[in-house]
Parts: sequence; structure tokens; C-alpha cells
Amino acid sequence: MSEATTSRTTAPGSDRSMIEIDHLNKWYGSFHVLRDINLTVARGERIVICGPSGSGKSTMIRCINHLEEHQQGSIVVNGVPMTNDVKRIEQIRRNVGMVFQHFNLFPHLSVLENCCLSQIWVQKKPRAEAEKTAMEYLERVQIADQALKYPGQLSGGQQQRVAIARALCMRPEVMLFDEPTSALDPEMIKEVLDVMVELAHEGMTMLCVTHEMGFAKTVADRVIFMDQGQIIEEAPPNEFFNNPRSERTQLFLSQILGH
Amino acid sequence: MTTNSTFRTEMIEAREAPNQSRGVLGWLRANLFNGPINSIVSVVVIVLLARLVWPFLEWAVIEADFLGTTRQDCTGDGACWVFISARFETIVYGFYPEALRWRVDIVFALLAILVAWLAVPKTPRKKWVALFTLVGFPIIAYFLLVGGYFGLQHVPTRAWGGLMLTLTIAVVGIVGSLPLGIILALGRRSKMPFVKGICVIFIEFWRGVPLITVLFMASVMLPLFVPGNFDFDKLLRALIGIMFFWSAYMAEVIRSGLQAIGKGQNEAGQALGLSYWHRTGLIILPQALKLVIPGIVNTFIALFKDTSLVLIIGLFDLLAIIRAGLTDSNWLGFSTEGYVFAAAVFWVFCFSMSRYSQYIERRLNTGHKR
Repeated sequence: MSEATTSRTTAPGSDRSMIEIDHLNKWYGSFHVLRDINLTVARGERIVICGPSGSGKSTMIRCINHLEEHQQGSIVVNGVPMTNDVKRIEQIRRNVGMVFQHFNLFPHLSVLENCCLSQIWVQKKPRAEAEKTAMEYLERVQIADQALKYPGQLSGGQQQRVAIARALCMRPEVMLFDEPTSALDPEMIKEVLDVMVELAHEGMTMLCVTHEMGFAKTVADRVIFMDQGQIIEEAPPNEFFNNPRSERTQLFLSQILGH
Repeated sequence: MTTNSTFRTEMIEAREAPNQSRGVLGWLRANLFNGPINSIVSVVVIVLLARLVWPFLEWAVIEADFLGTTRQDCTGDGACWVFISARFETIVYGFYPEALRWRVDIVFALLAILVAWLAVPKTPRKKWVALFTLVGFPIIAYFLLVGGYFGLQHVPTRAWGGLMLTLTIAVVGIVGSLPLGIILALGRRSKMPFVKGICVIFIEFWRGVPLITVLFMASVMLPLFVPGNFDFDKLLRALIGIMFFWSAYMAEVIRSGLQAIGKGQNEAGQALGLSYWHRTGLIILPQALKLVIPGIVNTFIALFKDTSLVLIIGLFDLLAIIRAGLTDSNWLGFSTEGYVFAAAVFWVFCFSMSRYSQYIERRLNTGHKR
């Protein structure tokens, strides 16, 4: 009953796609968690991935920067194919930023140090330059005045904004968001979504796993619905929300848009 | 007015707490006398302490004799600390030749300065001092204590003893077991089967045998296995055995800290492109070590006290030197003073380590408030 509407269109004006996932299959032991995933993401495209819990959405985006290993299929990020070779993996990770549901800021470092850490040790920048870049991005997410505070002293929304700035400091070409607002109090969701919307408007390639359908409607180029490890439906937002073709998608939307 | 909703128009200003809940009186009231049962227990304990502590103070301080050279100077009813003060040099330096004791003094003083520099918070250039302490100081200490080079006379290690020997063993043990323990803990958590296997075998072996057996085997059996006339210095054997033994304990303490760090920390480091060693050294270890400071200091304290076991292989640490003094016919019958003094010295060192670790924990508490 699965409708394999896998569109492989690339956005106009780009010469090469940013991410190419081809026949991706993953097992956790004997559990087949990702089943034949095919997805192409063009440069500057914004993809929102939604679906019931356990559908494999987080697993799929975590495969893109090798936080999860895949057993079959191929992933190519910006022309670099993903293998099990550490050097290759680190090369891809330098270009892919990730924002986690539970922020994962480093609690023993200040906000500024959190943002500088990878610049200094991976990009080998001198400290002054790293701090300058860090302050630039901290200002963009409007948290520059908290630069010397520690993550434990910040609210959830502030921490998540710092996490976004930290990922951006590496100047990645792709940003992955794994349910970035799911652990936030409702009044803080907006400040994080605002940052993400601004990022989208600046042309960042984004893959976002989220339940925030308002965000999807505003910003997404494509919305993908996943269930049981497969991509069930994939369409631009107006088509996806107004005219879902699969029954499963319709059921899911009725549940999630109900309140 | 009967309404079923409330609406505050003026905010209440903060006021001072009532007198009875503040100050010494307040503390006494809240902690010792905050109920009938607690009050009775407090009174009983205070009386007990008075009956135990006062006689001890009488014996140890008030009626004791501190200075003198022979047992004839012990005239009072209390403790005869003359036993300690007369033999003080031996207790501190062991059998180190008298004329060369200045070398031990230099090493002691240097160690004290370095430890103070590292311990006090705001001192500059800590990283260089730490490097010097780990690399330069041991070399200097070795050449000064052992001698044989640079015109210094050689002093064999069997002449070392007393507090000097205890501190040497403890410092070498502590400074050696911590890094080795960290490496073993990381290795045990590794996914590479060879590395993990070696670390597991090392840890389980050294944890499985008693330290006294280790020292005994190192002293008696090692020469049987080593070819030819290669004479492994006895103290060196003991130091290696102690270091390996305690590093196994330390590894498990550190491993528990590593396990407590959430997966997300490592993943965030991976997502930023950091390598394994960068992630471990910059993100995971700082947090894990901070978490297990109580366990680490616990191990250090146990190590310090277990240095006494070298008695079994004929090395005269602080306790052994005092015991040796007790068999001297001039000083029979003062074993209480001897053991109380030894206990006091150990207690001072161990308690200092304990207090310092609590101080460190408080200072490093910035990151733990989630």
C-alpha cells in the first residue's frame, strides 16, 4: 500500500545535489528500521520530515552524518560518499551541522567556549578568530549577551539557540535538526523557530525532523512523511497539507493538526 | 467581602527572618534541639564526648612531655612525646645519611611549593607548573635523592625510610596510577577487541590479588624470573607493583564516571567533527573526572595508607620506623605514643586530601546545575 512517490527533482539553479540517499537500508540487530530510503536534497532546499514516533525519521537523518551506521545503500553528501573510514566520516561531519532535541551543550564550558571548541581544534583557527566568528553567530541567534554564561544557567530556548549557533560556527553547508523544539516549553518554541526560519531564508540546506507543522508550512520546500522506516509521501507543503494522497498521511495529519 | 477570586494590588516587601531561626542559637535549635528525642540524643552525645575527649586531651596534651632527649625527661603522667621528638630525625629521614639530609629537605620543600602552587586557585602559569611537576620534578627528585651523579654521593634506597619514604611511595603511586587508570578505563570501553582484552586482563588481574601478595611476589619472586644478575632495585619493584595495583582500581572508578556521561555529549562532539581523542580529552574526560572526584580521592587516601605494607618487603616506612624505635631498649613501653603519632600523621595527610577535594568539588560546581 505504500506509494512510492519519490521525486528526485533538484531545485533550479543548482548544479549538484547536496545529499543523495540511495536504497538506504538499516537494521538494529534483526529489526529493519530503515527500508529502502531514496532521497535527494538539492542545495538550498528545506525539507521537513514528519511521522509517528518509531518511524525512523531521526535514524535517517542521523545516518547522514554517521551517528548511525547503515548496512545497505549509499549516502553521498556534497559529492563525498559515506564509508566507514574515519577520515571520510570526519570530512563529511565538518560540513554537516546538527542540532539535537536535548541540546547537548557542553556543560563544563561557557557558551562562547562551546562555540569555539570545534573551530579551534578541528578548523585549527587561532582563538581570537574563533571567538570573533562565535560572537557573530551568537548575535545572529540573539544570545550574545549570555556569551560568558554556562549552559546550566540558561533556559531551554536559550540553550537551543546556542546549540544552533555552535553548529553554525563551523559554517556547514547542511543543517540537520532532530526535533529541535520537542523538549522545549511552549513559550520558548517560537524563539527557536524564528531562528530556524531566518536560517532558511538565508538559503541554508536544512533537513528538519519536527512536529511543528506551522514551521513546515512557512518554510519547507518539501514535506516528507515517514512511517515504519519508509518514505510514504513526499510533496510540497500546500499539496501535502491540503491534498494528502496516502491514507496513512491523512490519518497522521488529522491527529497532529487536531489541536 | 465575598468574592471567589483574588487579585493582589500591592506586592509584599521582603522582611527579615525572625531572630530565632538565624545565628548560632538558630543553628542549635534547628539541628540539635529541634524536638524532644533529638534534644535528648544531643545531650547524651555531648556528655559522652566530654567523658571521652577530656581524658584524652589530658593525656595527650595537658600532662604530656614534649621535649627532651632521654626517657628520664618523661616526668609527667601524660604522654611521653619525648620518644617522638628525640627520634624525630630518624622518623622523618629514615636511615638517610645525616650529612646528606639537605637533599631530602630540598625535595620536600620543592614538592610543597609545587603542590601549593597547583592547589591555590589564582596562581598564574598553572599549566607550565603542572608540566614541570609531572616531568621535571621527578627527574630532579630522583637525582637528588638517589645521587650518584653531578658530584652527589649515591644513597642506596635501602637507606631511605620514615616519612620521606612514605611520601615518596605515595606521590609516585598517586601520580602514576591516575594517568594509567584513565588509559585503562578508556581502553576497557574501546570497541577494538585487542585493546579491550588487554585492559580487562590487566584490571582484573591486579584487582584480584591482594597488595601484600603483589609486594611479596615483586620482592621475592621477580628475581627468579629476571635473567642473569640484573638487580632490580627493591624500592623500584614496590613502586611499580603499587602503581599497577592502584591503577586497576582507579580505572574502574574512572570508568564509572565515563559511563555516567550521556551519549549526547559524545554525539554532539562527533557532529562537530571532533576526533576521538579531542572528544575524549576536551568533552568527556573533564566531565567524567569532575563527577568521580570523591571516588578518585578515596582511592588516593587508601593508597596513601597502604604504603605501610612495604614493611613486608623490608622497607621502613613511617610506621615501620616507629615500630623499630619501640624495640629500642631505651624506649620500651611507649607504643601508645608511637602509634598515636603515626595515626595522627596519616590522619593529617588524608584529611587534607579529603578537605581539598571537597573544596575542588565546590569550585567546579558551575557546570553541574542542569
